[in-house]
Amino acid sequence: MEHTAVLELLDQIPDPEIPVVSIREMGILRKVELKNNHCDVYITPTYTACPAMAMIASDIEALLKSHGFKSVAVHTQLSPAWSTDWMSEGARQKLRSFGIAPPAHQACNSWALEVMQVNCPNCGSNNTSVISKFGSTACKALMRCEECLEPFDYFKCH
Amino acid sequence: MTMELKEALQKFLLRLGDNALIQGQRLSEWCSRAPMLEEDIALSNLALDHIGRAQVLLDYAGHTFGEIKTADELAFRRSEREYYNFLMAELPTGNFAFTIAKQLFLSAYEDLLYEALCESTDTHLSAFSLKAVKEARYHFSHAADWCMRLGLGTAESHDKMVDAIHDLWAYTHEFFEMSDCDLLLLQHGIAPDQEKLKKNWLDKIGKVFMRTGFSIPQDTYQHRGSRQGIHTEHLGHLLCEMQYLQRSYPDASW
Ligand SMILES: [Zn+2]
Repeated sequence: MEHTAVLELLDQIPDPEIPVVSIREMGILRKVELKNNHCDVYITPTYTACPAMAMIASDIEALLKSHGFKSVAVHTQLSPAWSTDWMSEGARQKLRSFGIAPPAHQACNSWALEVMQVNCPNCGSNNTSVISKFGSTACKALMRCEECLEPFDYFKCH
Repeated sequence: MTMELKEALQKFLLRLGDNALIQGQRLSEWCSRAPMLEEDIALSNLALDHIGRAQVLLDYAGHTFGEIKTADELAFRRSEREYYNFLMAELPTGNFAFTIAKQLFLSAYEDLLYEALCESTDTHLSAFSLKAVKEARYHFSHAADWCMRLGLGTAESHDKMVDAIHDLWAYTHEFFEMSDCDLLLLQHGIAPDQEKLKKNWLDKIGKVFMRTGFSIPQDTYQHRGSRQGIHTEHLGHLLCEMQYLQRSYPDASW
């Protein structure tokens, strides 16, 4: 199997916590190296304690083995550190249609959840407020739209 | 790298890793007991961030010097004298104000520490810190928000915060001690000057206090000892519970 074919194959693996986007679109999948029947895959954790990493690694191994690879090694790569800037525009669009507001600005070191502007993924209004800085997973905060009154998840800049 | 430097790096990594692990363990005690649902989720998220941090740091510590050890071996098979976390981290959870004050002091320190470590000459540590600093900063902003709500809330919430700040102050100066190992790491550009962090830390805490009407307490007696592995009686009890399973059934897995 060729390098690009392997990447396309791995594009089928969803992010376990946000199944509408793939690990490739999220920027979690960094690099693939092929040596005969062996494949080395490099992934980067989104959060230090992302509990999905073990599942992603086993999904990768199972998928590649079912496509003929004799051995697969999944490596965790810490540097460069994952950032929400790596999420593709396609991924952002998919998040929005799934009801999750994508990161509102470029990731930087200063967290500014108080001053940032997040648009409601439901009606597009920018009249939104934070309900809780921590949500259902480490990467999300819980927000509310003051126009359509729907609560929604916000994918924090990181 | 000389043996001496490797040993110093390992000790430093254990301090960072142990701080994360012990804080994570204490924070997880709030799971299902926080004053409201959102806060329950927040504190559980904080605990998870800390345990994730501990996993990376202890794993690295276990591979720097001497016999190779996994993060689990280091977490579950050391006794209290082999732990290097700050005394503040191991103090019993106490009430909600106590937890918030503790979080405020520790996350302000971690924010500054990991920011400085982004420039570390140790590339593994700097890569990790780029991620950790964002998380620590988020934790700090959460603690600062609560500090304000409790400080400007009812007379009772205000008084409980004041008590917590005063009780915890005696455990803050220990963060900034410069041991021989800190000096050696500073010379090699691996770790920052703790004295400099102290000045910025006081500014950071002072700014939050100014908005909430609290004042920085007078310096009185300060507890020390964690750099030498000397702890309060509380750590032993905490480890007893945390290590129970691996001590009773070594290498148990599921
Ligand atoms: Zn809306």
